[in-house]
Amino acid sequence: MSETIGYIMITVGVLFDVLGCVGLVRLPDVYNRLQAATKCVTLGTCLILFGVAVMGFGSGQNAMAVKSLICAAFVLITSPTGAHALARGSHKAGVPLWQGSVIDQYQEYEETKS
Amino acid sequence: MSTIMLVFIWALLISAFLCLYRIAMGPTPPDRTVGIDILGTIVVGFCAFMSLYTGKDYYMNIGISWALLSFIGTVALAKFLERRSFDE
Amino acid sequence: MKAIIQFLIMIALWLLLTWSLQPADVIAGIVISILTVALMGNIFLDKAARLFNPIRLFWGILYIPYLLWYILIANFDVAYRVLNPAMPIRPGIVKIKTCLETEMGKTFLANSITLTPGTLTVDIIGQDLYIHWINVKYDNDIEAQSYEIAGKFERILRRIFE
Repeated sequence: MSETIGYIMITVGVLFDVLGCVGLVRLPDVYNRLQAATKCVTLGTCLILFGVAVMGFGSGQNAMAVKSLICAAFVLITSPTGAHALARGSHKAGVPLWQGSVIDQYQEYEETKS
Repeated sequence: MSTIMLVFIWALLISAFLCLYRIAMGPTPPDRTVGIDILGTIVVGFCAFMSLYTGKDYYMNIGISWALLSFIGTVALAKFLERRSFDE
Repeated sequence: MKAIIQFLIMIALWLLLTWSLQPADVIAGIVISILTVALMGNIFLDKAARLFNPIRLFWGILYIPYLLWYILIANFDVAYRVLNPAMPIRPGIVKIKTCLETEMGKTFLANSITLTPGTLTVDIIGQDLYIHWINVKYDNDIEAQSYEIAGKFERILRRIFE
């Protein structure tokens, strides 16, 4: 029972990982790529880790299960923070938005400040 | 057991190669950095697979360390992109 | 008081990571936790004691499934946009206002916004958050944007951190 649930979670997680990487290749500029890749790969990796935890608890390997839950918590906290730092860094480095973008209020803020 | 495991590992390899494509072809430095960040998270998934496949729990230690070091590396690269000093 | 709470969190994390109750492991964990709190205790967990209030703890536990639900919606949204051959995106960076005051509340709000459908936090300046939105719906309407993006999280985060 727990093995089936674990395999289902891991399958969905791997699918989201692949989708996030397809987004990383297809989307047009840094910010859109960061969006797709961060969301999908974070949830995909967390689902893989949850699946490993479910299977570990089911087969009596408690150490592995607890460690994978801690790892999932770390990924869930650090990944959006890293994405936030990268978005801010690339905007300050002067990477332009895609030409189809409609509005950039952060650029207006930077101009009024300087 | 091993067939479905092989399918998972090939799927993760494909996504790692997509990240490598972005790292190699990315037009600007931030694009490459995004690829490096995502590749780090995928490697954590690999470590979970190795742990499940071999039944040893110390692969999860590698995964935890990898997640934290990848985060520190991403923040350092982002600070470098901002062209600022590292003391903030 | 603050140091004791930090020490308890550190030792709990150590015991979960090593997953053994051998005396040598536990003593090494106690020494390392004391060293960590003494050296770096002043850089994290501002006002930690108030988080152990039972009401705040209840809302914090309730927040986890709420957030996971929105993360799941976000993933299907991204999958739809990536797999659609026409790529229906309309990106832009918008500004929203938040009513949260504490640093930790703003951090959690920014991380939650990054993980939910179509939005990515770019910068936090005082009470303003700059958000990269993949599908901009309004033209420069800060009130509507704030309600649409941050309102659903502020309702709960206000009870946890304020």
